[in-house]
Amino acid sequence: MNPNSKKTMTYNQVFEELKNKNEGAFIPFVVAGDPDFETSIEIVKKFVENGADALEIGFPFSDPVADGPSVQTADIRALGSGMTTEKCFQFIERIREFTQIPIGLLVYYNLIYKKGIETFYKRASEAGVTGILAADLPPEEAGSAVEMADKYGVNQIFMVAQTTRNERIDEIAKLGSGFLYVVAVMGVTGARSDIQTSTVDLITRVKDRTDLPIAVGFGISKPEHVRDVIKSGSNGAIVASAIINIITDNLDNKDKALEEIGNFCSELKQSTKI
Amino acid sequence: MLEDGKFGKYGGIFVPELIIPALEELEEAFYKYKDDPEFNEELKFYLKEFAGRPTNLYFAENLSKKLGCRVYLKREDMLHTGAHKINNTLGQGLLAKYMGKTRLIAETGAGQHGIATAVIGALFSLPTEVYMGSEDVERQKMNVFRMELSGGKVIPVETGSKTLKDAVNEAFRDWITNVEDTHYLIGSTMGPHPYPTMVKHFQSVIGEEARRQIMEKEGKLPDAVIACVGGGSNAMGIFAGFMNDDKVELIGVEGGGDGTETPRTGATLCKGTEGILHGSLSFVLQNQDGQISEAHSVSAGLDYPGVGPEHAHLKVTGRANYVAVTNKEALRGFELLSKYEGIIPALESSHAVAYAEKYASMEENKGKTIIINLSGRGDKDMFIVAKEMGVEV
Ligand SMILES: Cc1ncc(COP(=O)(O)O)c(C=O)c1O
Repeated sequence: MNPNSKKTMTYNQVFEELKNKNEGAFIPFVVAGDPDFETSIEIVKKFVENGADALEIGFPFSDPVADGPSVQTADIRALGSGMTTEKCFQFIERIREFTQIPIGLLVYYNLIYKKGIETFYKRASEAGVTGILAADLPPEEAGSAVEMADKYGVNQIFMVAQTTRNERIDEIAKLGSGFLYVVAVMGVTGARSDIQTSTVDLITRVKDRTDLPIAVGFGISKPEHVRDVIKSGSNGAIVASAIINIITDNLDNKDKALEEIGNFCSELKQSTKI
Repeated sequence: MLEDGKFGKYGGIFVPELIIPALEELEEAFYKYKDDPEFNEELKFYLKEFAGRPTNLYFAENLSKKLGCRVYLKREDMLHTGAHKINNTLGQGLLAKYMGKTRLIAETGAGQHGIATAVIGALFSLPTEVYMGSEDVERQKMNVFRMELSGGKVIPVETGSKTLKDAVNEAFRDWITNVEDTHYLIGSTMGPHPYPTMVKHFQSVIGEEARRQIMEKEGKLPDAVIACVGGGSNAMGIFAGFMNDDKVELIGVEGGGDGTETPRTGATLCKGTEGILHGSLSFVLQNQDGQISEAHSVSAGLDYPGVGPEHAHLKVTGRANYVAVTNKEALRGFELLSKYEGIIPALESSHAVAYAEKYASMEENKGKTIIINLSGRGDKDMFIVAKEMGVEV
C-alpha cells in the first residue's frame, strides 16, 4: 500500500466539497511521459498549482482508437521517450509525493490485459491511483476489471455517450463508481470550437438518471466550454487536447509551455466557479 | 447485444461506448436479414451476375504430378476485382443498403478490399471512403487509381506505422464520428462482434461450394484444406464448409516475412500472444507491455499484427493448424503455380501454394487430396514480384 493512501482524497469527497462551494471540478489531462518523464511531472505540478481538483493521466498506447490527432501525437512522444507501463506507475508515485487529489487513469484495455488484470489493478492501487477508465472496455467485457477494481479499492470508471440509450446509462451507472465520464461529442478526442446543445441535453439526461457525479470530456477546450458544462449540471470538466496542443506547439521551449499551461489552467479553474 | 460474440474465450466487443449502439444495430440487422429470403435472393443474384460465382474447383493436373498429391484449386482469383474480398463487400454492402445507411467506409492494406468496397459503392450508389496507410498508398499506386476510377475516395493515413493497422484505427475514428449514417465495411473476420461472425457468414459460400464440388469430382472429402491467413476471411470462408468433417485437416498459412524467428514477420498465430486489438481478444504481435508491433510480409494482405478471433479458437482447440511461410518460400509458390499451371496467384495465396508443396513433400502425405484456396490473382503484385526477382518491367 502507498504510505500516503490514507490521506488521498476520494472522488466523492472532492465533488461534495466543490458542490458546497458552488464549483465544478477542473480535471486536466496529460499523457504520462509526454514529452518526457520529468517535463510531464512538471506539467502535473502546474496543474495542481493552478487549481486542478483531480487529475486524468493517460498511459500511452500504440493504437488509441478513441483519440484524435492531439492525444495520438502525445502517445507517440511518450512511447518515444521510453515510457513503459511500469514507468507510468512510477509516474503516478511521483505525483503522489506532492498531491493527494484523485488520480484517474485513461488507458486502453490491452495494457491491462497484457500485464494480467489483477497485477495491473494491484500495482495501480499501490501507486496511488483512484480510478481507472479503459476507453475500449464497455460494461459487457468489464466483469474481471470491476472485480479487481473492487478488490484493490480502485474506482472503475465508464463512459456514456450521446448514442447511449437510457436503460444502458442505468446499467453503466450501476456498474461504475467514482464518476461517470460523459463524452461531450460524437467523435474522438480533440479540441472543438463550440459546445453543442446535444451535449447539454446529454448532461441533463444523465443527471436525471443517476446520483453518481459526472464529468464531461472530449472537446472541452476553452474556459467558456468549462462554464457551459458546469452550468448545465456537470460536476466536472476534463480538458485534454487543448493542453496537449500547448505542449506540441512549444516543444523547443519548455518554460514557455509550462507558463502557458499554468495560465490556461488557472483560467479554466476560474470558469468552474458559477 | 444479442450475443457476446465469443469463440471460446476469444472475440468480444472491446470498443469505445460511442460505437456500441451501432454494433447493436448492425448485429440486429445481420441476424434479421441473413435468413431473409428476399435479401438472400438479391445477394445471390449479385454474387452470380456481378461477381461471377460459383467459382471453379480446378484440378491442377501438372502441379499434382509434380507434388505427388491430388491438388485442387478453389478459384476465387476468377472473381470480379480478382479476390474473394468481393463476397464480403457484396454481403455487407447490401446489408448497409437494407439498413438505410448512406455512406460506406473501409480500411485497406494492399487495396484489394478497398477496390472490392469501391466497386460495390458504385454498384449500390453509396459514396465510399477508403482509409489506407500512406506507406501503402505509395506502394500500391495502381490500386489507388483503381479505387478512384470506381468513385471511391482514398484517404491516406499518416499516423502510427502508416500501414493497415493504422488505417483500421482511422476508419474506427471516422465511424465513431459518423456512426449514424455510415456503415464501416470491415474487410476480414476481425474486429468486434458481429464482424467476425458476419464476415465468415458472407465468405462461407467458398466452403459450401468447395465441399459440394469436391464430392462431385472425387466422390469423397479432401484430406486437407489449405488457405492463407491475414485477418482470416478467405481461410474461414473455406474452412466453414469442412468444419464438421473431423477428418479434413484445416491448415492456415501465415505470412512469415523474413522468418518467425526474426522480428520482421506477420505470423500472428504462430508468433503472437493473446491480446486485444481492433475490438476483439485474439492473438496479437505485441511487446511485453501490450504495445502493438508492426507486422512484415512481402504480401500486403498478410501484413497485419492481429488475426480474427475464431482462428485463435481453432488454434487452441486444435481443430486447425497454423503454419508460417517466409517471403522467399511464398515467391517460390508464386513461380511454381505460374509455371506449372499458367495461373498467376496473388502473393497472399502464394503462401498457401508454398505450404502445399511442403505438405506434399512429407512422406505421410503422399497421394493425398488437397484443396488450396486460391484467394486472389497476382495482377496486383506484378511490380513487387518483378522487383523481388530483380526484373525490370
Ligand atoms: C488475395 C488475398 N488473399 C488473402 C488476403 C488476406 O485476407 P484474409 O485473411 O482476410 O483472407 C487478402 C487481403 O488483402 C487478399 O487480397
